[in-house]
Amino acid sequence: MSAADWSAVALTAQLAAVATLLLLVVGMPIAWWLARTRSRLKPLAASLVAMPIVLPPTVLGFYLLALMGPHGAVGELTEALGLGRLPFTFAGLVVGSVLYSMPFVVQPLQQAFEAIDERTFEAAATLRAGPWDRFFSIALPLARPGFVTATVLGFAHTVGEFGVVLMIGGNIPGRTRVLSVAIYDHVEASELAEAHRLAAGMVVFALVVLVALYRVNRPARERARQAA
Amino acid sequence: MIEARLHLARPRFALDVALALPARGVSALLGVSGCGKTTLLRALAGLERAAGRVALDGEVWQDDAERRFVPTHRRPLGYVIQEAALFPHLDVRRNLDYGQRRVRAGARRIALDQAVTLLGIGPLMERRPDTLSGGERQRVAIARALATSPRLLLMDEPLAALDARRKAEVLPYLDRLHDELGIPIVYVSHAIDEVARLADHLVLLDAGRVSAEGALADMLARLDLPVAFGDDAGVVLDGVVGARDERWGLARLDVDAEACLWARDHGLPLGRRVRLRVLARDVSLTLAPQTGSSIGNQLRGVVEAIVDEAHPALALVRVRVGSAPLVARLTRRSAHALALAVGTPVWAQVKTVALME
Repeated sequence: MSAADWSAVALTAQLAAVATLLLLVVGMPIAWWLARTRSRLKPLAASLVAMPIVLPPTVLGFYLLALMGPHGAVGELTEALGLGRLPFTFAGLVVGSVLYSMPFVVQPLQQAFEAIDERTFEAAATLRAGPWDRFFSIALPLARPGFVTATVLGFAHTVGEFGVVLMIGGNIPGRTRVLSVAIYDHVEASELAEAHRLAAGMVVFALVVLVALYRVNRPARERARQAA
Repeated sequence: MIEARLHLARPRFALDVALALPARGVSALLGVSGCGKTTLLRALAGLERAAGRVALDGEVWQDDAERRFVPTHRRPLGYVIQEAALFPHLDVRRNLDYGQRRVRAGARRIALDQAVTLLGIGPLMERRPDTLSGGERQRVAIARALATSPRLLLMDEPLAALDARRKAEVLPYLDRLHDELGIPIVYVSHAIDEVARLADHLVLLDAGRVSAEGALADMLARLDLPVAFGDDAGVVLDGVVGARDERWGLARLDVDAEACLWARDHGLPLGRRVRLRVLARDVSLTLAPQTGSSIGNQLRGVVEAIVDEAHPALALVRVRVGSAPLVARLTRRSAHALALAVGTPVWAQVKTVALME
């Protein structure tokens, strides 16, 4: 593989790692709120989070480009803060990835939080645990399988993204040229062998990740049976 | 004193109670499902937001007039529900630690070891909740609540999810709770037999309101309450073991000098305080003492009250024996044949029953 391709692999891994970390930090409170709220705004909020699943990535990318560009609200803000412009930068890719992969992190977390019996939280409250304490001592450990799923899906989905990246990141080698774009470039240039190497690598990666996920997240009962 | 004035309106249900329960012993909230007993208990704990006032020995937990509401986790209470609600990700030891660690060291009056011994769960410490039986889970849940040194223990049908054998396994531990710890308990139940065994004070709830309350023994001897009816009708007598007849395996419960009943002996020492439940169906009345009867107890008393039961054939008669009330279920025909009236002297025959500790 060429140095350029390796650089694309490294950049992709870096992007996915940073985005996943941010996704967990941002997605956790959103998922917690969605799991517990009785607000009438819940359907709207849940829909907004789920939008990237149904929207073409180019639509999301297009609006992000408009927002983050020199005439967009976000763009003016980042310039005023001295951060420069986000499009065609690594930071821009991170922002796009976080939004694009949000449902893949929020939904497993939300389901994991919802699966916890309300009475477990009440028991904790009668044992002197305040709301934050209950979140960290009960909700987080009991939602562990949700966190595993969210982390893996968030990471894998970011690795596989293409449309958003192309719209807001372009194709700058070493800065915004990620794997999926590199494959596209190889195909465009009729370098099918190179494209094949990267594409096959992605297939293997996806398969390994998903098998690992399903193994880790088996119900405890099933794992115990196999161990015995 | 446990003070509760609570009001809560729901679409098909309203809770409206004003209670002052003794801050010692077991107060039972008894009623059919849907009568509001669980809601009342949850409101005492602060898990349910009802309007009104809750105070324990003058310490105010809720007072809407003062806009005061202490959240559940700041109330020094223990709460045990039917399903135990142990933390599935923690073993028994860490379940027990959970509450205790969150209580200031200076406020810990019950050591973890004491709670473990009291509930007999020493051998379970390393087990996970999903490997415990229902009865074991319930005992762990009770110990977990006790380990926080609560000043009030709230129990919502802690035995309802258990079969008869598991129930019998847990009940003695509840007795010990009552006898050995000075913690007042509010005990929600729909089972009169549990209440008769454990409670000192009884509150009857009906459709969100208190229909009657008072000392358990007095309440069970009243003939104007629904608890007096049905197959479980009967009184409880508190007394001491006054004599033992080891040859025949019997022990005598003395309520006072006149009211003495022989019952099956469980090896309890003389002088030990015990409770006896005498069901109305196990009591019959005669006008003169009988000979040649298999009935082990004959007590002289006076008829105090007579009421008709729901079924037209049956009547309930309360007889005063010394200081103890007994309730007998008779057919109305028998009551008529004996010409029973208030003030009639009678002999009450009581089948030998089991003592409750």
